Amino acid sequence: MKQVQFIEHYQTIWSQLQAWLDYLALPRRKRHTQTAPTGQFAELYRQTCHHLALAQARHYSPHLLERLNHLVVAGHQQFYREREPIGSRVWSFLALEFPAQVRAQWRVLSLSAAVFYGSMLLFIFLTQWQPDLVYSVLDPMQIAEMESMYDPQLHDRLGREREADSDFYMFGHYIRNNTSIGFQTFTSGLLFGIGTLFILLFNGIVLGSVAGHLTYIGYNDPFWGFVVGHSAFELTAIVLSGAAGFKLTQALIFPGRKTRLYALRTNGRIAIQLMYGAALLFLMAAFVEAFWSSRVQTPLNVKYAIGGLFWLLVMAWLGWAGRKHTAQQVDV
Amino acid sequence: MQLDTLYTVNTPEGIALTLTPAGFVPRFMAWFIDLLIRFSVGIVLITILGILGYLGDGLILIFLFLLEWWYPVWFEWRHQGQTPGKRLLELYTVQRDGSPVTFAASLLRNLIRFVDFMPFFYGFGVISLLFTRHFQRLGDLAADTLVVYKPHLNAHRALPAVEPLPLPQPLLIQEQQTLLQFAERSRTLTPARADELAQITAETLTQGQPASLTLQRYAVWIAGQHMLSPQQVASS
Repeated sequence: MKQVQFIEHYQTIWSQLQAWLDYLALPRRKRHTQTAPTGQFAELYRQTCHHLALAQARHYSPHLLERLNHLVVAGHQQFYREREPIGSRVWSFLALEFPAQVRAQWRVLSLSAAVFYGSMLLFIFLTQWQPDLVYSVLDPMQIAEMESMYDPQLHDRLGREREADSDFYMFGHYIRNNTSIGFQTFTSGLLFGIGTLFILLFNGIVLGSVAGHLTYIGYNDPFWGFVVGHSAFELTAIVLSGAAGFKLTQALIFPGRKTRLYALRTNGRIAIQLMYGAALLFLMAAFVEAFWSSRVQTPLNVKYAIGGLFWLLVMAWLGWAGRKHTAQQVDV
Repeated sequence: MQLDTLYTVNTPEGIALTLTPAGFVPRFMAWFIDLLIRFSVGIVLITILGILGYLGDGLILIFLFLLEWWYPVWFEWRHQGQTPGKRLLELYTVQRDGSPVTFAASLLRNLIRFVDFMPFFYGFGVISLLFTRHFQRLGDLAADTLVVYKPHLNAHRALPAVEPLPLPQPLLIQEQQTLLQFAERSRTLTPARADELAQITAETLTQGQPASLTLQRYAVWIAGQHMLSPQQVASS
């Protein structure tokens, strides 16, 4: 068939496809106000693909090829869009895939947990044995601030006393600050793990020193009563971010039988799954820390009990949820 | 050696699509426009919500967090791979197989922006962009994405409306393609330049007739009236 006849013959199909593409590109709200174009999108797309292949084989003019290529690229974009309803995806991910994936990645998870908890526990104990050590980790100003924040004498009730609107301010602060640190812990795994290792160690050492110091000077109840509530979510989120970071590192240093780039893509998909969970836990932690941990009227043993319950829940979720579901082998 | 930067994807439909990856400068401009937008939205939020005291400050921090980390992810995911900056520069993000960018890939490439930004102002990002074949920064490499130009058609490149004229002798497919390309481009050339180019074929094809018009008429004839079969080409 000659080019001019070819165009005449199929012109209507292409303009119908174009109408569909314009229609599908509209936001969902506007789409309802308009009537759908004629014909079936999938059929029009398939036919146009065929026309492009024909036009390529018959060496039609570059302009026509270009025009068909543009139509097909746009159609391809619409055709291969994710259409699964987001709600059910999120649920099955959180209940099944995520915990299964966390267990499947136990190696990087143990490494991250060992670095973070290890350095934290080490400094809690070291500050009991060598109390002055805290002054080489933090400067005196910060220590004084910490002390006044948790001083049982300064507040006749336990913990920090705050108004409701300052609770919300702290909520915003924890979301922004802690989640950003978590994201940085993850992504700096690409720097051959040095970034992830540094952030994990730094946070472990600072948290350990503060906890150790406040315990040493006897501010136990205000401090531990405050942190126990959100600790399950926050510490787990940090460890998950670290594990996700090491997953990127693993692809660079130990790619195995894959090329480094291929390993990075595969591991990147796993790492981002771990980060979904980490982001959710950071959000939970910010919520609990701002609205629950800071409540001063709550009796201390209730705080410890709730904190323990949260730890049990997180451990049960990561340890048991989706037992029958095996982590998907992600391939590119 | 291949000089153009076109990227070809073989799709499940068995066809080869071509995409045009975008280089450093347009991507920088898009990023800069997004930065300005994020900056102004941030300023507006701070001025308005600042009045509300602690509650407003809390909201400001949450919105700043969303602007910092989720702004590009949201737009790439919900708006066909385009942030406002990319939309202005007619760029969009796709998976390397030409399909739309997924949420996971968009999140991954935008989180890794933090490393691309190191050690100073997109150091690693720019190095990676310049040394990879399809201009990918580290985030793109990990998420398997590309930033490509939105196709946009030149309407003036249709064939001119002239009387078809049969070819005086059989031509190879490549030669016919050259004539077609010439005819399609001729509107973008000055008449003098078009004639000058057409003169190259004067001895074999035009033989004394007005050169560029004759070539255009041949091209129209090729497109509409006549196409050689491979056998005829082989025997000619």
